Amino acid sequence: MLSMQHISKVFRTDTVETHALKDFSLQVNEGDFVAVTGPSGSGKTTFLNIAGLLETFDGGEYTLDGESVKGLKDNTLSRLRNEKIGFIFQSFNLIPDLNLYDNVDVPLRYRNLSKAERKRRIEESLDVVGLANRMKHIPAQLSGGQQQRVAIARALAGQPRFLLADEPTGNLDSQMAESVMELLESINANGTTIVMVTHDPNLAARAQRHITVRDGQVTENEREPKVVSQLRA
Amino acid sequence: MLGYYLKLAWLSIKRNPILSALMVTAIALGIGASMTTLTVNYMMSNNPIPSKSDQLYYVQLDNWDPNDPFDEPNEPPDQVTFRDALNLLHANKAERQVAMAKTNFIVEPDNQEVKPFHARGRLTSKDFFPMFSVPFLYGQGWNQAADDNGDLVVVITKALNEKLFNGENSVGQSLRMQGEQYRIVGVMDTWEPTPHFYDVTNGAFGEQEDVYVPFILKRDLELPNSGNTNCWKTPEGDGFKAFLQSECVNYQFWAELPDNNAKDNYMSFLNSYVMEQKKLGRFPRPLNNRLSDVMEWMKKQGVVADDAKMMMYMSFMFLLVCLLNTIGLLLTKFVGKAGEIALRRAVGASRTQLYWQHLVETGLIGFAGGIFGLLLAWAGLAGVRHLYGDNLKPDLATLDMKLVLIGIALAVVSSMLAGLYPTWRACRIPPAGQLKTQ
Repeated sequence: MLSMQHISKVFRTDTVETHALKDFSLQVNEGDFVAVTGPSGSGKTTFLNIAGLLETFDGGEYTLDGESVKGLKDNTLSRLRNEKIGFIFQSFNLIPDLNLYDNVDVPLRYRNLSKAERKRRIEESLDVVGLANRMKHIPAQLSGGQQQRVAIARALAGQPRFLLADEPTGNLDSQMAESVMELLESINANGTTIVMVTHDPNLAARAQRHITVRDGQVTENEREPKVVSQLRA
Repeated sequence: MLGYYLKLAWLSIKRNPILSALMVTAIALGIGASMTTLTVNYMMSNNPIPSKSDQLYYVQLDNWDPNDPFDEPNEPPDQVTFRDALNLLHANKAERQVAMAKTNFIVEPDNQEVKPFHARGRLTSKDFFPMFSVPFLYGQGWNQAADDNGDLVVVITKALNEKLFNGENSVGQSLRMQGEQYRIVGVMDTWEPTPHFYDVTNGAFGEQEDVYVPFILKRDLELPNSGNTNCWKTPEGDGFKAFLQSECVNYQFWAELPDNNAKDNYMSFLNSYVMEQKKLGRFPRPLNNRLSDVMEWMKKQGVVADDAKMMMYMSFMFLLVCLLNTIGLLLTKFVGKAGEIALRRAVGASRTQLYWQHLVETGLIGFAGGIFGLLLAWAGLAGVRHLYGDNLKPDLATLDMKLVLIGIALAVVSSMLAGLYPTWRACRIPPAGQLKTQ
């Protein structure tokens, strides 16, 4: 599904070079739920941005769903993001003056779908996250947890092959975080690959895989399916 | 996608109403100023008779002072003498020709309830009406015999017919002017060529004449001079006849020449005519005859005044300044939308799609600015009309549909051009950083 081999990324200013990723290699398989942890500045977000085709890389090879993304043009990268990747952000990134229906509609607008098909997908996605009855509300009328659910619905509406989540529960209280995490687990159970960056070791422990990033490299890579009910206990 | 972009544009405009209002105001001011001056220039330089403006030629003969041209560097007079006008008319060498002069009448209505009033008059010849495509409501122009015999016939305008005959067919009725009884042979329909091309020497934008009578009546009835009269030497003798025989120029002459061959032939005729006149001791200057078609003649006469052009250029500079302000405001607005732009990039919008989204937004702002700008232009033109009063034909400072469309197109296109740089800047912001910092 996602294969990174020896990826490097350097941020340069006039005086400073920062090696965000150094010889970063990772293989994510179809259906995985991967948690990525690491201290601040370790390169987690840079990895996520490169994985989501939001950032270019300087060296190495990155293959997404069997296609090398190196040197692809902007339009092709946009199409790949639209068709294969769903994003969930810590701060939800909803457009404040669009109602829930129109927020979920955003990625679909760039995919030449009929109005009826878009409507079907939007309603289905909002139903999955339990907000089908609040389609005409604007984000400000929702709680943080509900807003994150809308963001998840937006990501799901595009029917992506995998979801990239950057601290999806970072702005939520524990009860809301639990609810969002359960939703992500259910989405993963339906076959969607998820890569989630988190600082929360408890959430990381609930993923099938847990990788740790330090100084721009993968330092630990555990694959041990958890029994979620046991962890909750 | 256009509908979607328009919806997003409307939401974006509503999101920052003050910023949006400032941009609309800036564009409206620029468009208002530009369209006001553009309208005046457009109307001034309008082709008043597009169907045959390249077939109608204004005739100039250089009968002027041998030591001092009429106008530098070597321009012939802008009108001809009475006797030259009459000679050219009688020569009948063009397909149609017309000799003209401006005059004045006092109309004495039969209806005692209507007081005598002043009327603007034009002395002209029979070809005036077909040559300048004058439409008739009733009757028609007069014939050759009326020109030759100096018949007391008159063509009146629709407005005068309304005033004197309540708009009814007045052909055959009589009209008393300055003690003479004229027979009405035609009532013109609305005919207001702008500019007043057939006699720009007496003001290209003045009011049209009310009555038209045969040219030869100038001599027969000793009708008064009106308009510009220029002389380079005093008439030889006293009285009206001496004046008509003088080298004073007060008459316009037009010839209808359907093609270049006809034009060349007519110029040869003019040259021969002047050579003949030289033998009589006239035309002391070298041959310097001119034939100018309608648009050339209006250009030569400076129908579009230099100060009007300068005002137009300055107003476009003002529009540019307004657009520069709009660019600054758009930069602020679009950079403020960096988070949304980054989100759209992340979920699959290409840069091209985002460019279009934002150009539609600037276009919508421009459209609103254009509408308000046209309202300002309308007010500005009302001010111009008020300022110039009777010296300006009302339709000269009036927005027509073509100008309205030009105004809106100018506003939309210039706004979209102004939006190019802010849009480019906004779409170049790396999305990754914006998404993290939201």
